[in-house]
Amino acid sequence: MSGGGMNEAKLIFEKSVEGRRATQKTPSDVGHSVNLNPDYLREAPPELPELSELDVVRHFTELSTRNFGVDTGFYPLGSCTMKYNPKVTERIAALPDFAGLHPLLPQLRLGGMLTQGALEVIWRTDLLLRELTGMAGFTMQPLAGAHGELTGIMIMAAYHRDRGNSKTTVLVPDSAHGTNPASAAIAGYDVVSVPSDENGLMDLDALREQVDDRTAGVMLTSPNTLGLFNPRVKEICDLIHSVDGIAYYDGANMNAIVGRARPGDFGFDIVHLNLHKTFATPHGGGGPGSGPVGVVEGLLPFLPVSLVVKREDGTLALEYDRPKSIGYIAPFYGNFGIVLRAYVYLLMLGRDGFLGVSENAVLNANYLRTKLKDVYRQAYDRLCKHEFVISPSKAMEEKGIRAVDIAKALIDRGFHPPTVYFPTIVRESMMIEPVETESKETLDDFAEAMLEIARLAKEQPEVLTGAPRSTSVRRPDETKAAKELNIASL
Amino acid sequence: MPFIANTDEQRREMLEQTGLSAEDLFADIPPELRAESLDLPIGMNEQQVSGHLEKLAEKNHARLVSFLGGGFYDHFIPAAVPALASRGEFATAYTPYQPELAQGTLQAMYEFQSAVCRLTGMEVSNASLYDGGTAMYEAMMMALRITRRNRVVIDETVNPIYRVMIESYTRNLSIDLEQTCCGEGQVSRERIFELIDENTGAVILQNPNFFGIIDDFHDIAEYAHERGALLIVSVYPISLGLHKPPGEMGADIVCGEGQSLGLPLSFGGPYLGFIAGRKKHVRKMPGRIIGETVDTDQRRSFVMTLQPREQHIRRDKATSNICSNESLCALQAVIYLSLMGKQGLAETAELCADKASYAYSRLTSIPGVEPHFHAKWFFNEFVLDLPEPAAEVIGRLIEKGLAAGFPLSRYYRGMENSILISLTEKRTKEEIGYLAEALEGALEGSQAGGSR
Ligand SMILES: Cc1ncc(COP(=O)(O)O)c(C=O)c1O
Repeated sequence: MSGGGMNEAKLIFEKSVEGRRATQKTPSDVGHSVNLNPDYLREAPPELPELSELDVVRHFTELSTRNFGVDTGFYPLGSCTMKYNPKVTERIAALPDFAGLHPLLPQLRLGGMLTQGALEVIWRTDLLLRELTGMAGFTMQPLAGAHGELTGIMIMAAYHRDRGNSKTTVLVPDSAHGTNPASAAIAGYDVVSVPSDENGLMDLDALREQVDDRTAGVMLTSPNTLGLFNPRVKEICDLIHSVDGIAYYDGANMNAIVGRARPGDFGFDIVHLNLHKTFATPHGGGGPGSGPVGVVEGLLPFLPVSLVVKREDGTLALEYDRPKSIGYIAPFYGNFGIVLRAYVYLLMLGRDGFLGVSENAVLNANYLRTKLKDVYRQAYDRLCKHEFVISPSKAMEEKGIRAVDIAKALIDRGFHPPTVYFPTIVRESMMIEPVETESKETLDDFAEAMLEIARLAKEQPEVLTGAPRSTSVRRPDETKAAKELNIASL
Repeated sequence: MPFIANTDEQRREMLEQTGLSAEDLFADIPPELRAESLDLPIGMNEQQVSGHLEKLAEKNHARLVSFLGGGFYDHFIPAAVPALASRGEFATAYTPYQPELAQGTLQAMYEFQSAVCRLTGMEVSNASLYDGGTAMYEAMMMALRITRRNRVVIDETVNPIYRVMIESYTRNLSIDLEQTCCGEGQVSRERIFELIDENTGAVILQNPNFFGIIDDFHDIAEYAHERGALLIVSVYPISLGLHKPPGEMGADIVCGEGQSLGLPLSFGGPYLGFIAGRKKHVRKMPGRIIGETVDTDQRRSFVMTLQPREQHIRRDKATSNICSNESLCALQAVIYLSLMGKQGLAETAELCADKASYAYSRLTSIPGVEPHFHAKWFFNEFVLDLPEPAAEVIGRLIEKGLAAGFPLSRYYRGMENSILISLTEKRTKEEIGYLAEALEGALEGSQAGGSR
């Protein structure tokens, strides 16, 4: 076997040299502790690596060269809104008076006065998000989109409990993101899947049959994961309301309509937003995110504790006495550092900036869709919003080319692939979200690569099935990973 | 327009090629569903927004000499942690769906999982959860899935903030949550054993506990296991530089908050939840898990594995709804642990303990200040009783530039006068002395003061 090789990845633990160190011991200025019970001590220090600072810096710098971010290149990962993350937000989040702020400070007597700046960030972000969504108030506590969904469903449950309703089901379209049914289920509801119609939208006739007295609510994203806006979204909300159900809006796709249409005006009662998508905070290789949840007036009493409120004297305070609240769903005020970054972005955009976001997100998507639609199979041949779904054409499939091959070939051409195999209701799906921060030149280059790949699929399919060739590894064996299950070096 | 590359000219060109007008782009949204002009401010540029935020930052008092802890600590962060983690290749990537473009994130997460296992004495770990509280909730759900039971026993010495979170999460579920009450600081064996029965699926403890007290739970693990329940231990990772890991006590699931591993306090987040367990239970674990494998050329590679547990495949049958986790925070933690290394972490833990011991003796020598518990072994935090309500005294000390500690009356009945004081390696002898003098001054004239 050819194992080894010059570039074989080495774990940081394997670089360890006994006795080497990166940090120097801080001498104790208080003498040595007498308060250690040998029964409670560990026998030997934990086996962490022993390295110099330079070793550590080189290790992680090297790892970073095997990674691809928005800063590296075009990243049209559908449903994830991989837009540019402004650098200024990092500098502001690192200001010591934000970064060094202890979350328990406001719980000291008059402690709220010690954190007025941070509370103002939360409060002002809340006001801006209200205006953008048409909701009456937000909680910043949810720590990601899925956490926002769970919070929303808990609010839904609290509402029904308060009304004396006995509701057991939540309706979720078959095109929904996996977190939607998962969130409804772990909150204690039975999930009912609503089929899509031939236009890729929620099938209203089916929905009418599925809605009944047991219906606690519906979860919907519009535009949906196919990038299609449902013009009958208000009818759906009305139908749910007719059985005293709650309409939940998954705002992960808000980028398509931000600044020009509001889920509150569609009839939704609860909205979550993904600050790490629409509001440009870095995705971090899979988080941290932030998933604020907004609700209409009637649901305000159920929002988690605590909430930032403005007092008569103009100062801000945290409100804890909220008897109908669902309680704490996170320890403090959410991922404050992420909310702070989003606040900076919100301020920089302003009203016109948001109109520009949605306009360019939708324009870029339709421009790219138009360029690709004759060569790839388009799931739905019509105007899309911020993203669209295509699949390999019949001719490509006949040559054995699958979405995964196209994805890997894109890697060799310097692009991050789109989301593949989701949404599952489209076979061999590739979900492309170009986002507004990308330029026409980038889209042209990407389209050209896609067209070249399409050509190769017919002429030299083996070039594609052998891709990628430019990366440190190619097509790692996932079956082996699951079967042999090595998930930690012990 | 901010952050938009396309010029007006390019936009015209693109519309033309698309065969659409600017209005057409939103033609599918019925006019009655479109928003009127929104009431939003005019955009700011980078200089303006920086000025505005710097002003807001000044309204925070982050620079008090702080003895606040309670699960969230002011530890020293080496410069290399943010320098490396902020690299755009890491920070602006997303979930590693394409392993060829994410070996950096994937290997770092595998190393994070390994470091968590080595610290906690467990066999498997995931690639992070949101925070310590949601990690405890996920650990509880995992234990109930494994045992197919619905009763949870949680000790009162577990962080009260996490306990109220668990209460929220279980409200709609048929989970029977039992909490112990009114012990002596150390986990009361008698009370815990009394609550464990044949329906108990999970026993949740914390080490060091919320009062800072260190314990060894092997007896509770044994008792729980004999009755078919699993032991969950929430742990403060810095303490593991010195103290016995839960894995050696027989814990089945270990969870906790990783903020202390190189993350700033940042007013409550982003933080880092971690969870570790036994290999036999790995298929019941929530969240992303990274595994080692080989590629088509037999080269060592890393991928997300055991995905059929997750929401994007299993939907409403998934082990959790988590999708985005706290990957970048986990990266910071593994960089931190690599820099501290085997010796450094132990030394930091020891230094925290040294400072706490010293502060304890210094503060208990103040007339009227008494230890609240008899339990003697604490790590970097302890509880003292003051001669008057602690909240009041702490309030007075703020004027002296001190966040003297946390008043326990907020979460515990009968602890009106109790203060939780936390030390890290950053607090100096001088600062401790300043706290002692200020406290003594603040207590002067109070009834019990000087009565000793
Ligand atoms: C439509 C949709 N809903 C919800 C989520 C979940 O968001 P998060 O990953 O922040 O939990 C996503 C994320 O990919 C999404 O695309």
